[in-house]
Amino acid sequence: MPRIEADVTIPESPGGIAAETSLRAPRISPWKPRAGEERLAYVLLAPAVLLLASLIAYPFLTSLYMSLTDRRIAMPGRFVGLRNFSELLLEDEIFQQTLWNSGLYVVGAVGLKTVTGLAAALLLHGMTRGRPVFQALLMLPWVVPASLSVLAWWWMFDPMSSVINWVLVNLGIISRPIRWLSDPFWARSAIVITNVWRGLPFFALCFLAGLVSIPRELYEAAESDGAGPMASFWHITLPLLRPMLGIVILYSVVMTIADFEIVFLLTRGGPRNSTHLLGTLAYHVGLSGGRLGEAAAISLFIFPVLAVVAYFMLRAVRHGAEVS
Amino acid sequence: MRRAGAGRRWLIYGGFLPFLVFALFPFYWMAVTSLKSNQEIYGAQQIPLLVRQGMTLDHFRYVLRETLFTRWMLNSLIVSGSSTLISAGVSTLAAYALARLRFRGSQFFGMAVFITYLVPPTLLFLPLSRLVASLGVSDTPWALILTYPTFLVPFCTWLLMGYFRTIPREMEESALVDGANRMQAMVRIVLPLAAPGVLTAIMFAFTISWGHFIYALAFVSSNPQKMVNIGLATELIRGDVFYWGSLMAGALLTSLPIILVYGFFAKRFVSGLTAGAVKA
Repeated sequence: MPRIEADVTIPESPGGIAAETSLRAPRISPWKPRAGEERLAYVLLAPAVLLLASLIAYPFLTSLYMSLTDRRIAMPGRFVGLRNFSELLLEDEIFQQTLWNSGLYVVGAVGLKTVTGLAAALLLHGMTRGRPVFQALLMLPWVVPASLSVLAWWWMFDPMSSVINWVLVNLGIISRPIRWLSDPFWARSAIVITNVWRGLPFFALCFLAGLVSIPRELYEAAESDGAGPMASFWHITLPLLRPMLGIVILYSVVMTIADFEIVFLLTRGGPRNSTHLLGTLAYHVGLSGGRLGEAAAISLFIFPVLAVVAYFMLRAVRHGAEVS
Repeated sequence: MRRAGAGRRWLIYGGFLPFLVFALFPFYWMAVTSLKSNQEIYGAQQIPLLVRQGMTLDHFRYVLRETLFTRWMLNSLIVSGSSTLISAGVSTLAAYALARLRFRGSQFFGMAVFITYLVPPTLLFLPLSRLVASLGVSDTPWALILTYPTFLVPFCTWLLMGYFRTIPREMEESALVDGANRMQAMVRIVLPLAAPGVLTAIMFAFTISWGHFIYALAFVSSNPQKMVNIGLATELIRGDVFYWGSLMAGALLTSLPIILVYGFFAKRFVSGLTAGAVKA
């Protein structure tokens, strides 16, 4: 059975996830040092390296250091070792709550995006006509910046005039309006729904790219062996889509746990801190509250997730390289 | 056989309908709200899904005349335009080197780009806010022009590396054989061929900076300096009941440039989306 690699190349523009081939070893094998070529490479890379070193690597290191101090805005701060981290983990109930919120948010949102994104991709894949149009329309939530579209969701969740409540009441699904942003359970649901709305197109598009690259002959062979659509799905589609599923899910986990604007715009972390994520809490503690050391420690909790995901994504990419 | 085909089609298009409604309703609701009078927006006892009491452009007028909206738009244009151009330039050079040239450490640099591509802005906004303050550019467009490339450059480099790889190496090699040096081969042969890729990168970079939230919120705080998305989200909200119409009008006006660009380049946009413009 042919192995479908995760880096299915999408026609037209081979960007991003589709560009995983970029990490593979250069195809031209025997490395012949050409002095001019090497020098040119360093010259061309210099601006990017300078920029990333001074604006990503250096700030990252200062935030590592900051997290080990009790620094506040306009005060130098003393070195306190790991006290920020231990206090957050052991004593700070709002932080513990935030970790729990983040877990729920990531599992809920990424899980739903995977299922609905796969469903949408399968439907698009099955379309005989009109696919480009439907695909383009489905993409809109992804295209329009979240900082603008979430304003519409905010209004749709408005306590007084929520249109969602109006529809649900009039369809007879609920009898009393849902307190979308003021009840912890519904506030969490609201941010998950909004995140799913925003991320579903990306999932659907990646999965569709994976589906398109599965050879039709496999399905035909399975059909002639008497396999029904469900069997084909479990034994052909899912296994062959797995590398793509893995990469998309990993990528989304980082982006979802580091989410900021949905929560900031809809709930600001409330009610009773039930929707705070690491980013919004760090913003609240650091920039609104001025406790920089503590806030740096909070946002650094994103780092282990990032590291694990980066490791697995790199491994997936490398693995792909060995097979090909 | 024919019946089965029809049933299947019904299932597919019918099944897709809820996805379409889910995806598009918020935009529809944004448009409908922006065209309603305040009286209708907050009036009880009616069907809110349509404009029934006459459309009005009052909310658009209010946003354009009574707020700093046009000023914010200008700020956004300046910041997004500059950071996009800087990033596209820096990334094109880096991507060419990483995709095409043989040098020690190319693997390492490729990996570094990939890892920085994954770093979410949420992880860096605190130290960057200190850095911006120590450079004395807080609350100016420079704070953003300087920091937006931190997420644009890894993204564009990654996208362009893939693009450069699709350009046949032979074209370049034949130029080299004809006596051109690497630099000439790059400028005369590869860059023109890569133009569509660079254009895609520019389009994405502009969209991402146009909507970027956390740095714009954290590094700029005085009203006239704000980016348009931050201005809308923070200045039009005064705890006053009558702002939803103008907020939706503003959000619509601000989304429009992006939707128009998308409409013109839908195909490229869709195929390039997998590039993971997630950071928007």
